[in-house]
Amino acid sequence: MISARGIVKRFGDFIALDDVSVDVPTGSLTALLGPSGSGKSTLLRVIAGLEQPDAGEVSLDGEDVTRRPPQSRGVGFVFQHYAAFKHLTVWDNVAFGLTIRRRPRREIEQRVSELLDLVQLTGLAKRYPAQLSGGQRQRMGLARALAVDPTVLLLDEPFGALDARVRKELRLWLRRLHDETHTTTVIVTHDQEEAMDVADRVVVMNGGRVEQTAPPRELYDHPANEFVMSFVGPVNRLGDTFIRPHDVELLLEPNGSTQETMVQRLVHLGFEVRVELVRDDGETLSAQLTREQVEALELQSGQIVYVRPTRQTVFSD
Amino acid sequence: MTAKYALRFASLGYLALLLVAPLGFIFWRTFEHGVGPVWAAVTTPDALHALKVTLVLTAIAVPNNTIFGVLCALAIVRHRYPGSGIVNAVVDLPLALSPVVVGLALLLLYGRGGWLGGHGIVFALPGMVLATIFVSLPFVVREVVPVLREIGTEQEQAAATLGASALQTFRRVTWPAIRWATAYGVVLTTARALGEFGAVSVVSGRLAGQTESLTLYVQDRYQSFDTGAYAAAVVLALLAMATLLLMTRLRPKEGIQ
Repeated sequence: MISARGIVKRFGDFIALDDVSVDVPTGSLTALLGPSGSGKSTLLRVIAGLEQPDAGEVSLDGEDVTRRPPQSRGVGFVFQHYAAFKHLTVWDNVAFGLTIRRRPRREIEQRVSELLDLVQLTGLAKRYPAQLSGGQRQRMGLARALAVDPTVLLLDEPFGALDARVRKELRLWLRRLHDETHTTTVIVTHDQEEAMDVADRVVVMNGGRVEQTAPPRELYDHPANEFVMSFVGPVNRLGDTFIRPHDVELLLEPNGSTQETMVQRLVHLGFEVRVELVRDDGETLSAQLTREQVEALELQSGQIVYVRPTRQTVFSD
Repeated sequence: MTAKYALRFASLGYLALLLVAPLGFIFWRTFEHGVGPVWAAVTTPDALHALKVTLVLTAIAVPNNTIFGVLCALAIVRHRYPGSGIVNAVVDLPLALSPVVVGLALLLLYGRGGWLGGHGIVFALPGMVLATIFVSLPFVVREVVPVLREIGTEQEQAAATLGASALQTFRRVTWPAIRWATAYGVVLTTARALGEFGAVSVVSGRLAGQTESLTLYVQDRYQSFDTGAYAAAVVLALLAMATLLLMTRLRPKEGIQ
């Protein structure tokens, strides 16, 4: 288990981490999710030992490692921009940690070829990083981090520099890898879809603090506050009330509790259609319907419809 | 097309007129009467001694400035501490200061009545070594600093998380990235050390056969209307060219990386 207690980290006047405590259970895949500047990467770097906290302590499997250098923490770290050793081949990049540890040559050869197999780079072992695509470089980065059998695997926006398709492929692949190896893994991301897709637990961070820690489903269904509600998915705000676009029902006739709105625009997103609506007081909201629903209602822009939330959230504070 | 030829003509013409012509002329004057007299001129005891002095100065200054230069570049780029900006500026001082001023400064410090005077430094080889080191100090630092900035710290951090100590990280990650910049710095340092005149001239005392480097010898011979000056100058020029040639041979083919 990774345990960070009361971590404070300042960069000059900027407080990157403001008394943050996070527990990552052994064998879990936890995402640190938040906007840029929320402190998620700094927390990851503190866990790895790449940053020293100003206060607080980090323990790995019950052992206090706060003052230990990254070399002796047994962590694998994957960087957003790969941090590939440019002058070494793919093979030598992956073998780096084992060479440093002076493992016997046969063991190194066996382990590296296993890992290259795992990340599907076997044919590219003799290439240099500059001759690889972004996705290949990041798979190499992962193999390199896994080579030393880390007790925890830390990934800092690992897919942030890749295009959308490769990103989805790799996170699926990461999930499968985790299901096989069960290495305790922490992934930092600003993409809520990525966090929900890949992780068992999500820690939502904002302004150097933890807003909520929960499994993806619970986070979505029971957000702790406004920030989490609006960060983990699209949301309509009407006064104090928050409504998800898919919880908006559209009716052609008024019915006691409904509100009158006008259809401004229909956005077709394949199976789903986003209906942009405007109330007579100028407030806008959007509803998410299926294509069949839109066709059944014969919706057109300029049309008047009546809105009823099927589910809404109000935060008490 | 005309513009392309004009550009080529202008640049080549400029180089020919200002660099190649004077150098070619020296070679021509030197070998005017064949190789025999040249050989005789460069093998006089004073000329050989001057060559030896120059080689000794270079052999001491270059390794010192290489090791110190790389360390200094690491200190400037990788560590933030109060005054690191000043270090960065001070390194450039030898480029800005006239070598004569450097020589005088050393004379004041180590000469008779100076703070550290009276240890046989001035008017002897140690003083000349100090002067040579001083003027050729910035080159390795200036070549290595931008490369260190460009490669950033991520590769070094990756090495650390993989278990590499600071020394292992330097040897396996940082050094391969900066070695060509260092090599280029070494060539420039060598060229500067071979050719230094002003600072060495002030601190050497210019005793023929004792504290005369090759550059000083050239001027000395020239002022005595001795054609040996040309022969010695050619030796200097050949040394410099050999250094540059070595550099181009060492430089890897661009492409990998």
